[in-house]
Amino acid sequence: MSHSTDSKTGLASRGYTWLDQRFKISALVDYMGHKVVPVHGHSIFYYLGGITLFLFIVQVVTGILLLMYYRPGADSAYESVRFIVSEVTFGWLIRALHSWSANLMILFAFLHMFTVYFTHAYRKPRELTWLSGVGLLALGLGFGFSGYLLPWNELAFFATRVGTGMVGAIPVIGDQLLIIARGGEDVTGATIGRFFGLHVAILPALFTVMLSVHLIFVQRQGMSEPLEWQGKPESEKKYQKFFPNFLYRDLLVWLVALNALALLAVLFPDGVGAIHWPLGTKADPFAPPPLVIRPEWYFMFAFQALKMLPAHVLFVEGELFGIILFTIGGLIWALVPFLDRKSQANQRSRLFFWFIIAMTILGYILE
Amino acid sequence: MKAQGNMFGSLTLTRARQMPSSAECYARLLFVMLIVLLPVWSYASDDNCLTCHKDWEDDTGPSHLITRDIHFQNGFSCSDCHGGDAALDDMDDVRKSTGYRGVPNHLQVPDFCARCHSDAAYMRSHNPSLPTDQLDKYKTSVHGQRLFGQRDVKVANCVSCHSVHQIGDGKLPHSSTYPANVPVTCARCHADKQYMAEYNISTSQFDDFKQSVHGIALLQRNDLGAPACNDCHSNHGAAPPGHESLAAVCGNCHVFQMELYDKSPHKAAFAENDFPMCETCHSNHKIEKPQDSMVGTSDNAVCANCHSADDGTRAFGVADTLSSGLGRLVNARSQAKSVLDEAMAKGMLTTNEEFMLGEADQALIQARTAVHAFGTVEFMTKAEIGLAKADTVRVNSKALIDDYYFRRKGLAIATLFITIVAIGLYLKIRRLG
Amino acid sequence: MTDNRPSRRSFLNYVLGGGVLATLGSIVYPAFRFITPPPSGEANVSQLKLPFKRADIEADPQKAKTFKFGRTMGIIIVSDAGELKALSAVCTHLDCTVQHRRDLGILWCACHNGRYDLDGKNISGPPPRPLEKFVVNEVGEDIFVSREGV
Repeated sequence: MSHSTDSKTGLASRGYTWLDQRFKISALVDYMGHKVVPVHGHSIFYYLGGITLFLFIVQVVTGILLLMYYRPGADSAYESVRFIVSEVTFGWLIRALHSWSANLMILFAFLHMFTVYFTHAYRKPRELTWLSGVGLLALGLGFGFSGYLLPWNELAFFATRVGTGMVGAIPVIGDQLLIIARGGEDVTGATIGRFFGLHVAILPALFTVMLSVHLIFVQRQGMSEPLEWQGKPESEKKYQKFFPNFLYRDLLVWLVALNALALLAVLFPDGVGAIHWPLGTKADPFAPPPLVIRPEWYFMFAFQALKMLPAHVLFVEGELFGIILFTIGGLIWALVPFLDRKSQANQRSRLFFWFIIAMTILGYILE
Repeated sequence: MKAQGNMFGSLTLTRARQMPSSAECYARLLFVMLIVLLPVWSYASDDNCLTCHKDWEDDTGPSHLITRDIHFQNGFSCSDCHGGDAALDDMDDVRKSTGYRGVPNHLQVPDFCARCHSDAAYMRSHNPSLPTDQLDKYKTSVHGQRLFGQRDVKVANCVSCHSVHQIGDGKLPHSSTYPANVPVTCARCHADKQYMAEYNISTSQFDDFKQSVHGIALLQRNDLGAPACNDCHSNHGAAPPGHESLAAVCGNCHVFQMELYDKSPHKAAFAENDFPMCETCHSNHKIEKPQDSMVGTSDNAVCANCHSADDGTRAFGVADTLSSGLGRLVNARSQAKSVLDEAMAKGMLTTNEEFMLGEADQALIQARTAVHAFGTVEFMTKAEIGLAKADTVRVNSKALIDDYYFRRKGLAIATLFITIVAIGLYLKIRRLG
Repeated sequence: MTDNRPSRRSFLNYVLGGGVLATLGSIVYPAFRFITPPPSGEANVSQLKLPFKRADIEADPQKAKTFKFGRTMGIIIVSDAGELKALSAVCTHLDCTVQHRRDLGILWCACHNGRYDLDGKNISGPPPRPLEKFVVNEVGEDIFVSREGV
């Protein structure tokens, strides 16, 4: 760290002393000052988690701004979003940022998760970090699913109807779950109510807790070292300090992400290609469904896989079979740190990764 | 031995023939009556006309068609029109029975129907809301005059349009007098060249009507607000509307055009020359969507059919103002639309502007209507409104397009700032090694 | 060279600081403009406050005024009894705008002489369906129009 004697740092160091006298932060600051980050061929993956965090912050900020004008309810949701996009100053920008950041956040969460997976960073002692990460992904997908319905347009309505309809396939409790999920038999204004509550209150609370836990774990344990370093002498391992070296790099990456986000929001406010979210027409429960009903891209792999299952597998209904498979798959995925005894690349486990990629691509091609 | 007690007891041989008891006696009598009289009974119904005729008529015969007839559906039967005793089953007897009227010939039909339909007191007890002036109107019509005057058996009488035994309520779609069916009903004669040859009138009306705005609306879009033949020609009093009454006929729906025309110089001029008002410019049956090019001073404008630059009237000057005004308005509107389309294509939300364009279109309709004043004042009032609205749309759409570029400029500036910070950070990183 | 180093470093710091401020500005400025409400304040969904008063309607020769309601046009009239009535102004025949005819006591469509009574019922001419009726609420000087069933 550089020691400068000009007045700016003088003010900073006076402030630091003030805080330290009250909260004894010097021990913590000292600890943080010793934090290091491994430097190696795959160091670049270390940024992915941070980008996801940055995008989440963007979501919170733009989400709070949107809250000022959005009105949940079948009679007002669509109109209020239209109002935001057409009449509120920079409303189009805030909404576009929110939509883009949502999609990119999920993308980077997946990337982060897969890189952690392939580098086996989940191994001991980071099992709980992995678990909390999987939890964060699930909550993130929940954010995506609940937020998608809120504009109450044709696109969202039918995608939500299909998505929540799958819950009904669960035996015994399925019907009750469906009614709870939808707030009724069908997707209505009541559904907007509960999805809105989920999206702005319940999920943020849960996410904050889970995120804090995840970050505390990461801070406490530091970055995972690559497998190849096991057994290497200390002299051959390179590290860089977190403060300020890695932090500056992280900030730079965040700046680039911010710029990319701004570019996408201004040039493609309604999305691009198959990833499209134009406001379109208001949801009409009595209108026939459009020819193409599409979930968001991050659900496409599940949607496509379920479509490809036959009506019945043995004695089990096809949809239910698919749900069971995915649940088991998800559980295995979550428990991977406890299942992967040997910390070596296991050929079988690439199945998950390629399955998701293949189903997503198929979903868009066959549409 | 006791008699076996069954119905056929008296007809079957039993071992002992004994006299039946009185109860059995009555039962047997009843049985005989039933067996013998049942067939008689079936023929001895109230309405023998129908029962007999149904037996030997095929599906196209009156007795089969009559279920669709409104009279039959309201409790009338054959004898109520044709007279005679419906209980009889022999045709000769029927013909001799009192009140038998038989089948009227072509010339007798109007009076035949009018026996009830012109009797106000009678109609009141059956359907008080039906008018009873059909025969009177018919007598003023071309059909009626030829039928009663020249005893013409080719002209239309009641059944020519209403059918004989399937007279339907004109409000029901299968009826021959349902508005959408009326043109076809009239065309059965009026479009038949050979049939109409001796009358020296055109037979192109139906074809013309089918191509007209009214025909397309009525026959293709099923818009019952559009006129059928009877709406202009009257149904029972069918005759071409006179030249001097055309504006009133068209004006029943096209109110503004009629009001403006009545105050315009054309009213007196047309009446003087016995020009058929609206028809002069718009034709009668083949009324097509009017084009702006009909107004003006060029050779293919309708105005030029009568007017010229030096005919001593202000006509050409007015026509010029009208046509150039329309041209300006149409131009302004299409310019506004193209700017609006550009804004829409750029992804801007244009619902307000689309609404205003709709208002400009309304003003254009009103301006075109105002042409019928054949003066400049009314027209210019409406045209100014339209021009102003179109201008607003154009200006607003341009503002939206400007906003589109403003966003990109803003992005460029923000990118610049972020790039500066990024470079600065990068240099700092490099310095730290 | 040692002389230049401190000034180059502080130059860099200034540039960096300036850049950071400018970037923050380009984030805060749109956010601030966003939370400043636009003229219409909120989405006019199924209720609308009319931009004129009862006196303005009464001043009109036909005692009627049209207004934009959502994506369509509405018309509000003062009846002879002094009651405010608001209806859709879009004729159900071919979408022309209707007008109030005090002399006839009806709402009239000039395009093809379609007529509606003041409750919107189509009484004569081509219109196949009645006009949609709106609910009118007067609060002090303000007039609020909303869709029925809201």
